[in-house]
Amino acid sequence: MLNPLILVTFFPLVGVVVLALIPAAQKAALRWTALLTSLVTLGLSLWVAAVFRVGEPGLQMDTPLAWSQVGGVEIGLRLGIDGLGLLMVLLTTILTPISILSTWEAVQERVKGFMIFFLLLETGMVGVFLALDLVLFFIFWEFTLVPMYFLIGMWGGERRVYAAVKFFIFTMAGSVLMLLAILYMGIQGGTFYLPSLINSREVFAGAQLWLFLAFALAFAVKVPMWPLHTWLPDAHVEAPTAGSVILAGVLLKMGTYGFLRFNLPLFPEASVQAAPWMALLAVIGILYGAFVSYYQRDMKKLVAYSSVSHLGFVMLGIFALNQQGIAGAILQMVNHGLSTGALFLIVGMLYERRHTREMEAFGGVWKVLPYMGALMLIVTLSSAGLPGLNGFVGEFTILLGAFGSTAINSIWMVGAATLGVILAAVYLLFLYERVFLGAIRHEENRHLPDVSVREVLVLLPLLVLIFWIGLYPRPFFDLINPTVQSLLPALQTAAAAIR
Amino acid sequence: MTSADLVTILPALIVAVWGIILLVVDLWIPRSRKGLTALLAAIGLGAALGVSLSLFPARQSGFNTMTVLDGFAIYADIIILGSALLAVGISYDFLRKLNIHRSEYYTLMLLSTSGMILMAHAFDLIVVFLALELLSIPLYVLAGFARPRPDSEEAALKYFLLGAFSSGFFLYGVALIYGGTGTTALAQIVKALAAGTLLNPPLFLVGAALLLVGLAFKVSAVPFHMWTPDVYQGAPSSVTAFMSVSVKAAGFAALLRVFVQAFPDLAASLTPILWALAALTMIVGNLLAIAQNNIKRLLAYSSIAHVGYLLMAFVAYGNGEVVGDAVAAILFYLAAYGLTSFAAWGVVLAAEQLEGRGLEFKDYAGMGRKYPLLGLAMIAAMFSFTGIPPTLGFWGKFYLFSAAIQAGHMSLAIIGLLTSILSAYYYLRVLVVMYMQPGEPVASQTTWVNVVTLVSAAAVVLLALFPSSLINLAQQALMWLVSG
Repeated sequence: MLNPLILVTFFPLVGVVVLALIPAAQKAALRWTALLTSLVTLGLSLWVAAVFRVGEPGLQMDTPLAWSQVGGVEIGLRLGIDGLGLLMVLLTTILTPISILSTWEAVQERVKGFMIFFLLLETGMVGVFLALDLVLFFIFWEFTLVPMYFLIGMWGGERRVYAAVKFFIFTMAGSVLMLLAILYMGIQGGTFYLPSLINSREVFAGAQLWLFLAFALAFAVKVPMWPLHTWLPDAHVEAPTAGSVILAGVLLKMGTYGFLRFNLPLFPEASVQAAPWMALLAVIGILYGAFVSYYQRDMKKLVAYSSVSHLGFVMLGIFALNQQGIAGAILQMVNHGLSTGALFLIVGMLYERRHTREMEAFGGVWKVLPYMGALMLIVTLSSAGLPGLNGFVGEFTILLGAFGSTAINSIWMVGAATLGVILAAVYLLFLYERVFLGAIRHEENRHLPDVSVREVLVLLPLLVLIFWIGLYPRPFFDLINPTVQSLLPALQTAAAAIR
Repeated sequence: MTSADLVTILPALIVAVWGIILLVVDLWIPRSRKGLTALLAAIGLGAALGVSLSLFPARQSGFNTMTVLDGFAIYADIIILGSALLAVGISYDFLRKLNIHRSEYYTLMLLSTSGMILMAHAFDLIVVFLALELLSIPLYVLAGFARPRPDSEEAALKYFLLGAFSSGFFLYGVALIYGGTGTTALAQIVKALAAGTLLNPPLFLVGAALLLVGLAFKVSAVPFHMWTPDVYQGAPSSVTAFMSVSVKAAGFAALLRVFVQAFPDLAASLTPILWALAALTMIVGNLLAIAQNNIKRLLAYSSIAHVGYLLMAFVAYGNGEVVGDAVAAILFYLAAYGLTSFAAWGVVLAAEQLEGRGLEFKDYAGMGRKYPLLGLAMIAAMFSFTGIPPTLGFWGKFYLFSAAIQAGHMSLAIIGLLTSILSAYYYLRVLVVMYMQPGEPVASQTTWVNVVTLVSAAAVVLLALFPSSLINLAQQALMWLVSG
């Protein structure tokens, strides 16, 4: 029987093969093929969601396929899914067609290569969220570097080469120690299969802290946590819009996902020990990202630094190590993907109209672009955490968890994080005011075209989800809670043992 | 001498005899149809490859245990013969382009190949030495094949002088081992070690260390690597491609055979030396590669770095539990490295023009766009060299590192991984130039160079999807200890 997980992971490769056969001059055909492929992949992921048994703990639809071995330890093509994985896969498969649609006019050069790399990237990302074999996970993880490197380096802005190489080297440098840790655990534990390793984690309990750090370094670079974030502004600013959307929407989530999927269940004691420090870094990231955002003049840079701040909240929630914290973090991962993705899309649309991202070049454009102004307002408020929209639900749950967290156990730290919510409102509304409100300062802004039907189609799915999560988050928490419940017992035991 | 003796060196014999026949037959091939000579050379190599494959997995020794035929030797044969075949494939068009197409090229290549094969089959230090010379002497000539270009002549001279130097080390080592054990036959040495009847253990240890130095020269491990960049740069690129893959494969075959089978007891004394050799080779090779602007020098230093990774697994040779995995990992990596190298060298050969032009980085600007297939081959090669999945290079490094970790050499594995990050920088630079900088590159599109390049590149990616097939083969290719 064909496993839906294998289909959803590898279907984009079918599109890659078709794209390879289409002549490079047929731009329309290339675009439609890529879009259709990503839409079919979305359909497949919805099929996965339909057969997924909500509320059931543990991983579902496991595919036990042998693939290779090392030192007698089997490496399997093992994919599996739980609520966390499902949300991440859906986020990926929703953002990919949206991103492809957003390139319709923005990407005119080398369309063929662009679409091929984009679909390769989709396979890599979905694979990361589904792989249960640690070696397979690492392969997908490293593989996502390749297409993203080319997307930034070939279709990016002026300093694209610098940004692309920096992105590649930073991420690779972060993950090499993870490979060592994976090999060590596989050889000690006799398996690379995650659930088995979790069961036999006593075997490498002695080296737990080192292993935790090796994994944490790889994931912290990706998230990115302060002070490992410096690749992110470069990569975001230089990447083409679609690349930024995927980068912020999905690739950063691979880091937080990694913490949830590997660090917490494999090394619960080390997680408890590291929690205050991770929370401290998260809070520094929240405040640092917010302050730096405020001082940006480039819209894309502002949104990029805001990611550092928002992902800080996610990290804070994860290392609260309790029900609300982790659940809020997972929801906020989805929220950030939707809101920041939408922000990057709108910034990209403005850039296409004026070929600049300086806020100075705009001002008062609501009068010319009323529809875009309205859309931007919703997205901005969602990112700032206005009640009734998605961001509020996530941030509120995270802070609730963090205040009650015995692992962090510091009112001051969480209090400082709360300040981040206010700061986010400040810099986001500041962005909105500088671009859309006030008087029109530049003559060339008087005749900008408002959003096209294609652009509305690009943003609409994101807006629907923003409202849905904001008004009725229950179905999402139903997906999230079993994952959280499966993490908590080990963490509680570990916390009790340490205290 | 019986036919059973001959079977143990049959692949080497076929290649050597065919090479000599080719020299004679070539006299009757008209000047305008010298492609036939290349074709005949390829047929000879193909035949030898077929014979090797049909012998797998044999276990026998010959010539009074001076030679041996086992899975390990056959696996090495496959790498060496495969590399020679690919090298013949890229040579014909390339030599014609540079106007240095002379038929003795193929004879020399076949003779050198037979020496390499013999190295994998040797079970006596004298035979190893003979094989080493048979391998080297034709290569000295081949390195100078682009005469009267001065850098080619310089390469030949340098390679010859340092080669002679390393042969001296090797031979001195053999002499000392003879003094220490009273024999040069590996089978006898094993026996003497088992019975504890060494004549002079310190002499034996020094001899083994000198052997190591001699072979370290051949595989260009730091600090015995000084000749490599100059020779690799000066020799005709098709020869360099052949050398960088086959000589290393043959060198490692001899290294593994001698040390794993005859000297496992010395592991305790040699481990610090090997550790330093591996660490230095990884660090120096990768560091110096960063500074290069000439693609041939870059690949030369990168080949040194890869020797470092191979040595990292070799350090574990004395650990009985791990040695099987380590040897398999090294064999796998040699195959992966060989295919990757030919993908990269194929692009270099296509881009090289007369008088050594077209070898600087700037000559590659814009190549990815103008020649998409060459560009794709280079992408596969560079990511495979870096060790990014899904490529054979990733699995190669994966197995090497796991062998190092299994043997408890965590520090070496960390050095290896950190230097891989360095290597990402210079491999990516090649892709940056090819894909992200505008330019007017020139590359000649010739059939066989393209075929070899694309087949190698495709193999690097496609075989990586089925890694178990290759690693299982490598694990079956274990050495057979001759007792008697």
